[in-house]
Amino acid sequence: MKTVRIGAGAGYAGDRIEPALELAEKGALDYLVFECLAERTIALAQQARRKNPAGGFDPLLGERLRAVLAPCRRAGTRIVTNMGAANPLAAAEQAAGIARELGFPGLRIAAVTGDDVVAAIAGSELAIEESGGPISALGDSLVSANAYIGAEPIAAALAEGADIVITGRAADPSLFVGPLVHGFGWSFDDWHRLGQATLIGHLLECAGQVTGGYFADPGFKDIAGLARLGFPIGEASEDGSVVVTKVEGSGGQVTPATCKEQILYELHDPARYLTPDVTADFSQARVTQIGPDRVRIEGASGRMRPEQLKVSLGIAEGFTGEGQISYAGPGARARGELALAIVRERLALTGVATSELRFDLIGVNALHGETLSARGGQEPYEVRARIAGRTANRAEAQRIGREVETLYTNGPAGGGGVTTSVREVLGVLSTYLPREQVVPAVHILES
Amino acid sequence: MKLRQIAHARTGDKGNTSSIALIAFDPADYPRLAREVTAERVGAHFGTLVAGEVTRYEVPSLGALNFVMRQALGGGVTRSLILDTHGKSLSSALLDLDLPDD
Repeated sequence: MKTVRIGAGAGYAGDRIEPALELAEKGALDYLVFECLAERTIALAQQARRKNPAGGFDPLLGERLRAVLAPCRRAGTRIVTNMGAANPLAAAEQAAGIARELGFPGLRIAAVTGDDVVAAIAGSELAIEESGGPISALGDSLVSANAYIGAEPIAAALAEGADIVITGRAADPSLFVGPLVHGFGWSFDDWHRLGQATLIGHLLECAGQVTGGYFADPGFKDIAGLARLGFPIGEASEDGSVVVTKVEGSGGQVTPATCKEQILYELHDPARYLTPDVTADFSQARVTQIGPDRVRIEGASGRMRPEQLKVSLGIAEGFTGEGQISYAGPGARARGELALAIVRERLALTGVATSELRFDLIGVNALHGETLSARGGQEPYEVRARIAGRTANRAEAQRIGREVETLYTNGPAGGGGVTTSVREVLGVLSTYLPREQVVPAVHILES
Repeated sequence: MKLRQIAHARTGDKGNTSSIALIAFDPADYPRLAREVTAERVGAHFGTLVAGEVTRYEVPSLGALNFVMRQALGGGVTRSLILDTHGKSLSSALLDLDLPDD
């Protein structure tokens, strides 16, 4: 039976680069996919593009391509990535430049555009999913609007002979579905195959999360070699099943348990996983260990794709300011609590305008709130007081950290290690567009 | 005994919704998970942390349950003031659930 070998070279924008190089050199891959675009990343990229019209794509594109392009050319491996972010055309131009520089003239590099729908929907009466209100109410705070596009333009680019395909906001599994549909000659209305391909994409899209990354729990789930974790290879078969494996000798482990965690990762209803390509059903999926670091996954299916495409909206939502300070030794917790009380009073006294405030003791109750934290009980040796607040502007946000810093000479005894930070908040909301209003296009450049 | 003795878990996030996949180490323990770890128990365990409803999906072929918890992430990863903006650490809290001895 025909197989397609597809590897995942990144599971998020900042991911490790050597595992991708290892896959390119030793994975004997048909395709190497880099998934680098979180919901918020594209809104940040839109802001970067506004400042620099030639920017707005993944800043690590160059570093990643320089690492893998030569071994990918030797192995005949084609590259697919969403590192185009807010500017796939500029990313493709940079990729072409790097290919020439590395001595690969004549490479075909495809940019997939059409996901950016901000001009079409700004000021419209389309409903925002989370609030029910219209997009027009967002006014100037709407920074970006990107529709999730599917695998069709990616497969089309590969059919046109693209060696590298660079998209913006494509759905994560679609980056894998495109190469699989192209490789096997499947059809875009074969819902069953598309559901299976979507599960393969979903298994691989977070890279190391299926090979033992984000899994270890000493004494319960031990995984060796996480400092040199191998990224996954999917050996997809024409029948829609896949064997997940990794390069021999790399760190980590592929087991039924690592695969099960990833199959269910970020799903809501496992029988109804919506992508631009298909309504996928993972609820009957089965996993079988067939060898060391080799797990077969089968049993996914699919039904007709949704009529509407999800659109991710980036919203400028003001700022957050934060300050932290540590206390240790006997009475650490009581002094940390006193520090929080002082800052709470100071923020009120000095009139810092916040729409939301949070007071935590890291080491006691910062992560899980009152109900769960009450299960802790014993006195910690050290605590870290943390105050965070939401403000309309940067100057106001800075005042929060300053009130924490003044605890050095004005607060409880023995506080140390103050850090302060201010962050611009880019919220993400969603809306939906009929799919005929989103028109992807493929542009081919040559190096 | 703790849930952690018989199951493992991974958290995911979409907007202000957290999802936790809970998977039996041994598929033979799945009926016990399905019996003991109800949506109601999970909601009560997280208490004030989860403001919205908890929905449970069953995936017996993987020996797994998937819990979807609405309004659980302080507004979601992009805007939350919580230190763990994704709520990634919630899976560890779920595994601290007490189970009656069999």
